[in-house]
Amino acid sequence: MKIMINGTPTETRAEMLDAVLEELGFGDAKVATAVNEDFVPASLRGQTALAPGDRVEIVTPRQGG
Amino acid sequence: MRLYETEIASRLMLGTAQYPSPAVLTEAFRRSAAGIATVSVRREAGHERAGAAFWGLVRDLRVTLLPNTAGCHSVREAVTTAQMARELFDTPWIKLEVIGHADTLQPDPFGLVEAARILTDEGFQVFPYTTEDVVLAGRLLDAGCEVLMPWGAPIGTGLGLTNIYGLRTLRAQFPQVPMVVDAGLGLPSQAAMAMEMGFDAVLLNTAVAKAGDPARMAEGFARAVQAGRLAFEADPMEPRDMAAPSTPVIGMAFLE
Repeated sequence: MKIMINGTPTETRAEMLDAVLEELGFGDAKVATAVNEDFVPASLRGQTALAPGDRVEIVTPRQGG
Repeated sequence: MRLYETEIASRLMLGTAQYPSPAVLTEAFRRSAAGIATVSVRREAGHERAGAAFWGLVRDLRVTLLPNTAGCHSVREAVTTAQMARELFDTPWIKLEVIGHADTLQPDPFGLVEAARILTDEGFQVFPYTTEDVVLAGRLLDAGCEVLMPWGAPIGTGLGLTNIYGLRTLRAQFPQVPMVVDAGLGLPSQAAMAMEMGFDAVLLNTAVAKAGDPARMAEGFARAVQAGRLAFEADPMEPRDMAAPSTPVIGMAFLE
């Protein structure tokens, strides 16, 4: 199915959020996630099913003022 | 200085953005002796590993981290960003920015109060980036904020304290609330002035990161913040309009 990853249309075979992260190569990287503008804690990624067109955000620590 | 339940030794807070290199950032933090560093969260692709590199860098600074919601224009964006930041940085602290105007980056006061209330209800300790408006400050305190971060001037301008009357009024109105002048400072003298006025700390980024020699400027700000704080604690003299001789007049030669 096609979903949006960080604003970019992306084809995925995964159905759950944790599997999408695995497929994209994040492995055990330190990331935080949101789906359709709602925060998804790391503990809930395995129970979060995705649907076509869902908007997934994957963020990491960055410079800030 | 006590911010929420945390004792912070330094009254200078420093941002981590816009430095020419990680080494310069590290040296600027060392020379500033800042106790708090602001950080953010941003999108990342799986192969980049930029987040991991930056995480290693800031951890080595050994300072308290204050994540922000920079760039957020809506309550929802800000709340979700704060939630992601709390998980990433493992802290209830959040520098809450809800931007209302593209050119001035002025906070949206209505969204700011709404987001502050949602986040404090969720257990966050909110540091709202606000204006010098006393009514807004009162609403933010009502929403559960225990620290305020009024701007000196719009972010990145280096204009200093553009509304001294407003800042003075805000400081006087809530004498017990820790207040950090955040944004708009360009020179150490402006930081000293904020501290002389009784603000508890200053937060800067661009003024240091974009200086020709960031580390040297960081130390300049550190000394100015100390000087301004000492002056405030020393209870400055009252200004007066007419001259008053400082050297004793009594005992002067030639005096009839």
